[in-house]
Order: sequence, then C-alpha cells, then structure tokens
Amino acid sequence: MNNIQNASRRGFLKGAFAAGTFVLGVHLVPESLWADASTNTAGVFQPDMFLGIASDGTVTIIAHRSEMGCGSRTALPLVVADELDADWSKVKIEQAVGDAKYGDQDTDGSHSVRSFFDQMRQVGATGRVMLITAAANIWGVSEKECTTEPSFVVHKASARKLSYGALSAVAAKLPVPSKETVPLKSRSEWRYIGKDNALFDLSDIVDGKATFGMDARMPGMLYASIEHPPVLGQKIKSYDDKAALKVRGVKQTLTIDTFKPPHHFQPLGGVAVIADNTWAAFQGRKALKIDWDTSPHAVYNSDQFRKTLESTSRQPGKVVRNVGDVDAEFAKGGKIIEAEYYTPHLAHASMEPPVAVADYRNGKVVAWAPTQSPQAVQETIAGILQIKKEDVTCHVTLLGGGFGRKSKPDQVAEAAILSKQLGKPVKVVWTREDDIRFDFFHSVAAMYLKAAVGPDGKPTAWLQRTVYPPIGSTFDVNAKYADDEMGLGWNNLPFDIPSHRAENGPADAHVRIGWLRSVANIYHAFAIHSFADELANAANQDSVQYLLQLIGPPRIVRLQAGPDEQEEQKRYPLDTARLRRVVEMVAEKSGWGKRPNGKGYGLGIAAHRSFLTYVATVVEVEVDDQGQVQIPNVWTALDAGTIVASDNVRNQFEGAANFGASLALLSEITVTDGAVNQRNFGDYRLVRMGSAPKHTSVYIVESDAPPAGAGEPGVPPFAPALYNAIHAATGKRIRELPLTKTKLV
Amino acid sequence: MIRFKVNGKERTYDGDPEMPLLWYLRDIAGFTGTKFGCGMALCGACTVHRNGEAVRSCSVAMRDVSGTSITTIEGISATGLHPVQKAWMEIKVPQCGYCQTGQIMQAIAFLGQNRNPSDAEIDDAMSGNLCRCGTYQRIRAAIHKAAKELA
Repeated sequence: MNNIQNASRRGFLKGAFAAGTFVLGVHLVPESLWADASTNTAGVFQPDMFLGIASDGTVTIIAHRSEMGCGSRTALPLVVADELDADWSKVKIEQAVGDAKYGDQDTDGSHSVRSFFDQMRQVGATGRVMLITAAANIWGVSEKECTTEPSFVVHKASARKLSYGALSAVAAKLPVPSKETVPLKSRSEWRYIGKDNALFDLSDIVDGKATFGMDARMPGMLYASIEHPPVLGQKIKSYDDKAALKVRGVKQTLTIDTFKPPHHFQPLGGVAVIADNTWAAFQGRKALKIDWDTSPHAVYNSDQFRKTLESTSRQPGKVVRNVGDVDAEFAKGGKIIEAEYYTPHLAHASMEPPVAVADYRNGKVVAWAPTQSPQAVQETIAGILQIKKEDVTCHVTLLGGGFGRKSKPDQVAEAAILSKQLGKPVKVVWTREDDIRFDFFHSVAAMYLKAAVGPDGKPTAWLQRTVYPPIGSTFDVNAKYADDEMGLGWNNLPFDIPSHRAENGPADAHVRIGWLRSVANIYHAFAIHSFADELANAANQDSVQYLLQLIGPPRIVRLQAGPDEQEEQKRYPLDTARLRRVVEMVAEKSGWGKRPNGKGYGLGIAAHRSFLTYVATVVEVEVDDQGQVQIPNVWTALDAGTIVASDNVRNQFEGAANFGASLALLSEITVTDGAVNQRNFGDYRLVRMGSAPKHTSVYIVESDAPPAGAGEPGVPPFAPALYNAIHAATGKRIRELPLTKTKLV
Repeated sequence: MIRFKVNGKERTYDGDPEMPLLWYLRDIAGFTGTKFGCGMALCGACTVHRNGEAVRSCSVAMRDVSGTSITTIEGISATGLHPVQKAWMEIKVPQCGYCQTGQIMQAIAFLGQNRNPSDAEIDDAMSGNLCRCGTYQRIRAAIHKAAKELA
C-alpha cells in the first residue's frame, strides 16, 4: 500500500482545509504501525502529515518537528516544496500537535532532516506528478510534454501554463501514483535544497510577533510560580503562606506532590503560588516559609563526588569495545602515557526558561508549550492525572532554545496539575533561578586514558575509561552504567591503533541528569582529543600530522553494534576518508603551521564525528601576560552529507563554537549537600559578545551522502581544540573544564 | 496613578508601583515581543527604550516609568521594518530568536549614539545581551550593515 494517499475528500479534513483543496496525506510511521496509529475507531484513514494546495495557490505543509533554533520547521517543508516545485513564498507552515501517528516527534539527536528527508521528497514529488496529470488532462496532452516552474504546470509546445491553485480541484480527484512512477528531482534541479533560504519564522522573530511558550495565553488564565524542593526528592514537612497571601495579586497557594522515584519527567513537587500576574506570583513565592523533609540525595557534594568518580575511573570497568589486547601491550614495558580528565555538571540555560499553559476541563487537557517532545507531554500528563494520552492535546509553540532541556515536560505537567485543582487555565513560569537550580543537568564526568607508545611515537595500545552518572537514572534508580550513551563518542573511536579498549565505570546520580546539546560527546571528545594532542606533543610531532596518522588510512571502521546500529552503519558507515578530509580542509583554511606557536599564541585542533557528521575544528588563542585568553578565530570544516539549508547549517556551527566556548571557558554547576549552588547568569556564566570567539569560519564539504546531523556536532571538538591551542600557546596542559578553574599565570 | 506612553500611546497604571515594566508590558498590556530571561538585568532579553535610551525592563519599576515614553519592539518602526531589523533579516541572524528583540532594541539605541562603531565598541555595547544559540558574530555583522544603511 502506498504510504501517500489522496485525502482531499475525507470528512475529517473539515476545518483544516477549505473545500476543493488538494490534500495529500502521508504515513510517516512504518506500514506495520498504520493500523494502530493511523486509523480511528471507524477505520477511516488518518494520514500522519498533510500537504495541502488550496485554490488560491496557498501550499500548506504540516511541520511535525519542533523549532528550537535548529531550523527543522523550515528545512523539512523546504524539501517538500522543492520536490513539489512550489513557490516558497506561497508556502504556509502549520505546526502539528503531539500525536503518536507522527511516529517520533522528539526533536533531539540532530535527526529531523536525516530521518525524514526521503519521505518529504517523496510526498512533494507525488504532489507534483498529480498536478502535472491534472494539467495534461485539461489540455488533452501527454504528461511527458509538461513540466513545472514554481507553482505552475507548463506546456511549452503550446505556451500554456496553469497555476497549482487552478489545478488543485482537479488534482484532488486523481488517484495517487505508485511510488515507482514518481520521479524525484536530480540534485541539479533542486531550487531550495542546499541553498541559503532563511528561516520561515525570520520576519516574525525580528518584529516581535513570533509566539514562544512564554507568549502563550488562554482566556481567564492564572499565573503560577513554584518553590521546588532544594534537594532532589525532598517532601514538604510544613509550610506557612500567610505572608505570601498578603502580596497584592496573589490568589492562593497549592501544593504539588513530590514524585515517586524514578523521577522520569514528573514534577519535582513543591508549593505553587497562584496570582493574577507573573510578578505577583514571583513575589508571593519569596514570602513563603517552607520546612522541607530530608532526602537521601543530601549527601551529594561536588568536591567529594569528584574524588569518587576519579577513583572509580582508575579501576577496571565494564568493557564496551575491545580490539587486540591492551594489557599485553602495556605489559611489554616501553613508554606509557597516562592522563585524567574531568568535566563538571552544566545547565542548559536556554534563553526562554521552562514555561507552559494548560487547561484541564472535563477530564481533558489542552496545553501550549515550548516542547521538544509533545508526545512526552501527553504521556506525562496522562500518567499523572490518570487520563488517556489521547485526551491531552499539546500545541507546540516556538521554543526559545531547547538544547535537550525541553525534551522533558515537567513544567507542562505542573500547569496541568494546577489547572485541575483550580478549574482554570494556568500558566507556569519558571524563573531563571528555577531553570538553573532544577535542570536535568549535563552529567559530571571523569575519564582515565592510558597509552603505550612505540618508537615512532604512535600508540600501540590505547585504553580509555569513562565514569559519570547516566541519563538512564532518569528512568531507573538503579542505573549506574551509561550503556545508552556509549555510542556518543566512546565505543566508536576511529583511530588506527592495534590494541584498544573502551570501558565504562559505575556512578550514582543525585541530581536529575539529562541530554544537553551533543550530550556525552562533550566530555568524551574533551578527553580523547586532549589525549591525542598530548601523545603528539610527547612524540614531538605536529598535531595535525599526528592526528592524521592516528586516524590512519581511508577505510570503513567496523563497529560492534546491535541490529538498529547495524542498519544505521549500512547507510552511514564510519568512513575515515571523510574524517581525514575535514581535518585536511580545516588545516588548510586555518593556515595551520604557517605561524609558529608559543609566546602566548597558538592553534589547536580536534576532529570528532557525532550524530553521523564529521567535524574538525581549529581554535586560535592569544594569551596575554595576565593569563587572559582571547579567541580571535575559529575554523570549522564539516561533512554532514547532503545539506538542506546551507546558511542555517553555518549558523548552527557558528553557534556551536559559542556554546563550546561557554562550557570550555566559564560554565560550571556545583552542588553542596544536595543543593545546586548557582542561581542566575551572574554565577552560571556564558560567553558574551566580548568574550566569545571573534570570528568563526565554517566550511561545508560538498557531499552526495545521505543527510546527517547539524544542530549538535559542532559542539564536541571545540573544548579540546581550545585547550590544545592553550597548550600550544603557553606549554600548559589543562585537563579539566572550565578554564576558570585554572590560573594560566 | 502612573501616567506614561507606550509606543506613542497614553497609558495609565494603578497597580503595584514596584512591578517591573517587563511584567506590565507582557501580562497587562500584551506586548509580548519583550522577553523575560533572567529578572536581574543580566541577559538583556527584556530591553526596551525609555525616552530613547535602552533599559532592562525587568529591572525598571513602574514607579520609574511615570512621565516617560516607552518604546517596545512593536513600536520601533511605524512604517515597515527598521533598518536594524532589515539588517537582521539580510544577515539571517536568528536561530531560536528569543533574545533577538532585546538585541535589536539594544542595537538601535546604540546606533543612535554611535553611527560608525568599531568591532570593539559593538562588543562593549552588546555584551549585556546574551544569546545562548550563539549568534554574536552575526549580530556584530548586522550592526555594521545597519550602521552603513543609517549613515
């Protein structure tokens, strides 16, 4: 059965499209799931995604992925529009609500384009063929004589043309051609794919009309601000809200139960102050007096925990990849190099703090939220309020940044819980302090690396061990190993070393741990690419030449993998030729080796593949005699396969350099007796225009390979490249983040 | 009763005089182009103009708005886009876009005082405005472009 169907005359389209609109419905989920996901009780076909062409020529495309600044909401409709050969200025994008029929809607893992590129092409191309058939029928000519130009079908021989709008009513009555008969454009025919189209929402953003979660409103809504327990898992012993209730605008207070472990995406619990505006709710909170119960997580202290992690990293761990025999190599004697690396917790600190509006009415919830995962909103709220998932409607606003934080919908659940108690719509607004103290934190990590080095300076054996509280602790209180995160730059080292072993040691979680832009790749890349540079230095060799030797000859690196990963490896084999190419490209573009390092000036390099994209970054530093570090230039070369929106991809990698600079230079979350110490941008610091890299140059490798990730892969190589540059400039090797922890002079 | 103007229109307010202008604009007057980011004048997302000067509306109490003229992103240009907004479009500055209205308001006020800024002057003027997506280099380029346009 074709996964694309003509949905023009289906009754359920009422309201979504005007009568006479030509609508194609598409199944995005595999055929085996159609019956579950795409038919309602009456057995009516319910497609997952719509492409509609109205009689006025407006092309409506449903975006089923969230927009948090990475461009998914623009890129996927651009692909549809290109194959449809539609005029982009006539395209309207409708944001989808959360619904299982869309399959995976969690906008994370840098996979929107790579997972849906082929399907978007197919639906666009199918629409184009049907419009051509409609025109050919009207003109009484062969379809083969017809072609298209943006939003028109053209018959050159008779110099006739008809607009898509004029053809929509006819196309709406046609059967859908089989996939095999629908030609896709050749790459040279693409009008939008690979070009510099702007974000669809650009104009709304610059004139302030764009609607973020913070801007969502419902009639009659109240505002809530919630005092959460300072330590994970604490419950309220007692509280006094007398002073809070005296604050002008405050209506009442309500409690939210502390979750039962595992915390999953449930609210933390606490006392909510309900008011008729946001400010009053914030003020009321300041006047609350709460006595909190104890929590087993009050034992968590960052300094002590670091020692525990480092101690674990020196002990044998669970083997996650083994090649050759590192122990035999180490036993041979010879030159052994060891190093330990440490990286702290980080907070996401998206510019828009967590926020949501929800309305509970007659057993159903309608929510508006800046969420990366509207289905997680449905599941979480349904679970807590004991209603059906289908009775939770989650509208997705634009996200004021996400970086992984907004995959977790705890604040949306808070709004739904409060709305049920109040009988009115509620907007929950987190303060910046709430955002930083009660994040799902990027994990703290300790890494131990050891190499045996041969007479040529190349390693004959390389052991690497990583230890950190895993994201799995979100779902399982007993999770201590980071099984699911090993693919994030740890069990896939692409170096040509005869003996190699990667291990993972156990660690407990005492705060909520979550995904942050490029996730475990951040610390894994920091350790691996710092260590690679240390070996180059020890061998007294040029860092780029040494790195190319480590990567070794062009080849496909076979990885141990489960069935899903094997499938992915077929489409996206780990190809060292592509990794070498980005290294060589960035070396050339940065003028590597032309100016001598030292005396406060240096270049550093790191190359890391993540989210299937190959990235090499060179960072230039100047260190003055006060030890102040400036970054005049960053050069990044990347191979992400086929690119849809080139300028946006460059923007993502420019932004990744700044994201990398924040975590490398300034950002750190620490915990004392279970409570987070940082509060706001004064003590959780991010780079600003003056401290960020001055110039970032991004070079994209032209590639016909399938599309790979763009949002995250720029981040991991930045910190090691910067630290390698600092070593080149000063001779000082730093093995922990951020730079504020180390005095350079 | 506090009297003032927002985007050229007379307004009155008789609520809590300590309420920051930000929350008046967002929750009461409905000008949601001005964003909440930190509440402590540390991020610049809430930047508006008071008598033409850039201020952080999260840290300006309504009592200090009395008798002044406030301009938000919604009122920055009566006819189409302001040249700074046009430069933002042409350079394709935004990613998520949340901080950008504050950045634009800061840039407009800055260019009102300095029509031909250097990189260092731009960095200095814009360093109170955070962008977590990391569009700083594009913001600087857009300010240079707008400066040329305004000259």
